[in-house]
Amino acid sequence: MTLALADVKRIAHLARIEVSDQEAAEYLKQLSGIFALVEEMQAVDTTGVEPMAHAQEVTQRLRQDAVTEADLRAQFQAVAPQTENGLYLVPKVIE
Amino acid sequence: MLNASLKQLSALLADGKVSSVELTQTFLDRIEQLNPSLNAFITVDREKSLAQAKTADELRAKGGACPLTGIPVAQKDIFCAQGWLTTCGSKMLHNFVSPYDAHVIEQFNRAGAVNLGKTNMDEFAMGSSNETSYHGKVKNPWNQETVPGGSSGGSAAAVAARLAPAATGTDTGGSIRQPAALTGITGLKPTYGVVSRYGMIAFASSLDQGGPMAKSAEDCALLLNAMAGFDSRDSTSLEREKEDYARDLAQPLQGLKIGLPKEFFAEGLSADVAQRVEEAIAEYRKLGAETVEVSLPNSKLAIPVYYVLAPAEASSNLSRFDGVRYGHRAPEYTDLLDMYCKTRAQGFGSEVKRRIMIGTYVLSHGYYDAYYLQAQKLRRLIAQDFVEAFKHCDVIMGPTAPSTAFKIGEKSDDPVSMYLSDIYTIAVNLAGLPGMSVPCGFGGNGLPVGLQIIGNYFSEAKMLNVAHQYQQATDWHTRMPEGI
Amino acid sequence: MQWEVVIGLETHAQLSTNSKIFSGASTAFGAAPNVQACAVDLALPGVLPVLNKGAVERAVKFGLAIGAKINRKSIFARKNYFYPDLPKGYQISQFELPIVAEGELTVQLPDYEKTVRITRAHLEEDAGKSLHEDFHGMTGIDLNRAGTPLLEIVSEPDMRSAQEAVAYAKALHSLVRWIGICDGNMQEGSFRCDANVSVRPKGQEAFGTRCEIKNLNSFKFLEKAIEYEVRRQIELIEDGGTVVQETRLYDPDRDETRSMRSKEEANDYRYFPDPDLLPLVVDEAFLDQARTGLPELPQAMRERFMGDYALPAYDAGVLTSSREMAAYFEDTAKAFGGEAKIAANWIMGDLSAALNKDGKDLADSPISSALLAGLLKRIADGTISGKIAKEVFAAMWAGEGDADAIIEARGLKQVSDAGAIEKIVDDILAANPAQVAEYRAGKDKVFGFFVGQAMKASKGKANPAQLNDILKKKLAG
Repeated sequence: MTLALADVKRIAHLARIEVSDQEAAEYLKQLSGIFALVEEMQAVDTTGVEPMAHAQEVTQRLRQDAVTEADLRAQFQAVAPQTENGLYLVPKVIE
Repeated sequence: MLNASLKQLSALLADGKVSSVELTQTFLDRIEQLNPSLNAFITVDREKSLAQAKTADELRAKGGACPLTGIPVAQKDIFCAQGWLTTCGSKMLHNFVSPYDAHVIEQFNRAGAVNLGKTNMDEFAMGSSNETSYHGKVKNPWNQETVPGGSSGGSAAAVAARLAPAATGTDTGGSIRQPAALTGITGLKPTYGVVSRYGMIAFASSLDQGGPMAKSAEDCALLLNAMAGFDSRDSTSLEREKEDYARDLAQPLQGLKIGLPKEFFAEGLSADVAQRVEEAIAEYRKLGAETVEVSLPNSKLAIPVYYVLAPAEASSNLSRFDGVRYGHRAPEYTDLLDMYCKTRAQGFGSEVKRRIMIGTYVLSHGYYDAYYLQAQKLRRLIAQDFVEAFKHCDVIMGPTAPSTAFKIGEKSDDPVSMYLSDIYTIAVNLAGLPGMSVPCGFGGNGLPVGLQIIGNYFSEAKMLNVAHQYQQATDWHTRMPEGI
Repeated sequence: MQWEVVIGLETHAQLSTNSKIFSGASTAFGAAPNVQACAVDLALPGVLPVLNKGAVERAVKFGLAIGAKINRKSIFARKNYFYPDLPKGYQISQFELPIVAEGELTVQLPDYEKTVRITRAHLEEDAGKSLHEDFHGMTGIDLNRAGTPLLEIVSEPDMRSAQEAVAYAKALHSLVRWIGICDGNMQEGSFRCDANVSVRPKGQEAFGTRCEIKNLNSFKFLEKAIEYEVRRQIELIEDGGTVVQETRLYDPDRDETRSMRSKEEANDYRYFPDPDLLPLVVDEAFLDQARTGLPELPQAMRERFMGDYALPAYDAGVLTSSREMAAYFEDTAKAFGGEAKIAANWIMGDLSAALNKDGKDLADSPISSALLAGLLKRIADGTISGKIAKEVFAAMWAGEGDADAIIEARGLKQVSDAGAIEKIVDDILAANPAQVAEYRAGKDKVFGFFVGQAMKASKGKANPAQLNDILKKKLAG
């Protein structure tokens, strides 16, 4: 699998990371090296192997449906970049 | 006092020979003196630490002390601690004062331990050299031109230089064990699910696990007693009975079966490391252990598998850092999209961005099956290798890292060679097994070598016993860097 | 060209839990911004999700109610995209293995019945809200709703008209309220639909290209949006254009749908199983408990009403449109003890009209089932006529007491004394000789005039049957 500059830019956009052309070219080189390493995986036949998502074979625990959280808005918003009237402010969202 | 074990410190506190305030002061002074060169700590807050120490002394006076009461413990900056700057080594969180405590922090608070400060780390725990921190590189106290390993390099350097009696770390692919090896201390990554991940800033959720870093196995056992335990706020935290991880320390090792994976002693391992590890194994034979060759045939795939799974999870885990609710927001932008892209481009360092890019790519449309799913299948094969190996032995031993500490800057331009420094540790995370690193001598350049001990699921007490018996017979763990 | 419309609906039902799906924050509606957004909802660094049992129970109940397959093991996945109202940068949802699969819902239309297949229903979390009022040109984000549990119910493209789509949505709306998993409040967004709409030439098997209309939060908008979209697509094709697959938004003010281009770009959601959550396993005991908690379902009740109460299908359908209505009917019918159809008529007629007029819900009706039954008894035993009953009903509605008290206080008891009625009839015949002559000359219609006059004279209290008999006898001479 060879990576193209356009792929790098598409990924950077999906990940919301601004990259200059020069940075994109650098990423292309580094990512290509990493993917060459990753390619080793493709040689192994994994037919019939169950994917392993978790280290332990356990199932989801369920929480009782009870309200346990108090209003900590003031504390939480103390570390926010921009708030007003209890709202987090962001540049205008266009739908 | 700097070289005293936690047990000894606890006894000094209990006997009133020293107060927690005095003890904390001693280490704070030492940090003030040595941290400017080592850069092991990101945040030190004398007032907060001393206030905790005072509370601990009061608690002790009232007779409510437990073994860790009054003991200063350095906390990796990945653990959220209420009122403490918690940056995870990143510009993204350069201004994030956590409004809440991680489960691990709560557990230490409950035990009456003192938070000595927040230790430096690779940004978002991504790195094996502690060169990716926004707060600067950490120096290896044994040779300040070399790296301390990573990502828990600050904790490792702090313990090695005796800036802290003990510290915490987290380990996703070797981030406790590899820096422990490179700085000559003892570190343990528990079985996945033993230590709650709540409040531990996520890198790769299915692999991350917190654990102790200290001078000895005995100290690690005491720390793990505080850190481990069920937490209902982490769905992957395991509901198990509380255990005393120090209970088996004194057990003799007669008849212990040590598995030696042939893949761990092959190409890529430096000769000096190989020799020290073999000597350590010879010491174990003297202690009555037997060795048996085992095979982990798929372990060579651990690195490719890890560099698909961990970045995939990380790319998603790190999406929350968007400049909306906390942390860095770009000072200038044209619109929402631009705010996102600039905030994240500025807030993340290059290694973090690289891994987000890898992860985004392997999850993106058309590549999921070939990369992510295939990696999950191989993960199972890697885990099954260990199941098979543990049919023939009690513990597995080998090197922790392929070489001793490398020079600062040596691998920072070559991500692939950096990734290979975790070649012996990563498979353990993929399987979810517990792993340790124990100091076992010095390499040709005089830098520490670590012996890795891998145990079966939930065998931490046994591993600590195995490490402790070795440390009773050897003194590598008591060595201290010269001039410090 | 004859066109066929193809519609599938994706419905988001907000589950009526106390706390959120992955956190212990309250789900109550209408709180001040962000006071119900806890550390987990805000996606603070290091926080983790834990699944709410109440949400799982409700999803399972829904699955059982539509006769679906409940997947014993289901998986939560992350849907990755950036949006300010999505704090984690991903939505936790179910992708490959949803909790509910393959069910169906039978829907009543005026002239026929239709079974709509339900592909799946999965658990997921809601996002927060963006407020676009002007904050110095910025948008305000309220995350109180973030993490509210949703059940997304996906139908097959089985509907062939806006009417069918609305009937399905209404049936679904009624069902989720019936089984108590969702309050169904559409103004508050507790129940909202996305419609996938396409058209194809009649007889063609392949589907046309579909457009998805998002966030339709009333049945009226659902109907109008589909109708508009169908017209738009047909006109577009007939003018030689082609439909582009896209997401569209319905604008009720202009009654049209428009393209939402912002949602189109690069929708590569990079789904993968959420490593913070383990497989959700529903065992037999859990299923049994959910089953036990389910009330009698509307369809079963409808059939029972047709059998036990000899109601026509239409009446049984209307009376089982909500649990409150069904309970009201059954309570009335039982307390009344007479012909159930009469109770049905009053409930569907006068009572519904009065509720409608005053904008009241059945739960707030001033006339309880017991009160209504008391009225019906007095009609049945001849104490009052059907006509007088309407006056009593109005008085009961106004809160003047039960039927007996009103009849007593207003002196509305029917006059069944033959002598008294004869007296009234005699007076009327005497006063209207011309009409008497007309009748006797064969003009039968004039009979009604006499009935009217007699009723007027008796203030409506004359027993109608008796009055008829006496009038006929006297007129016959």
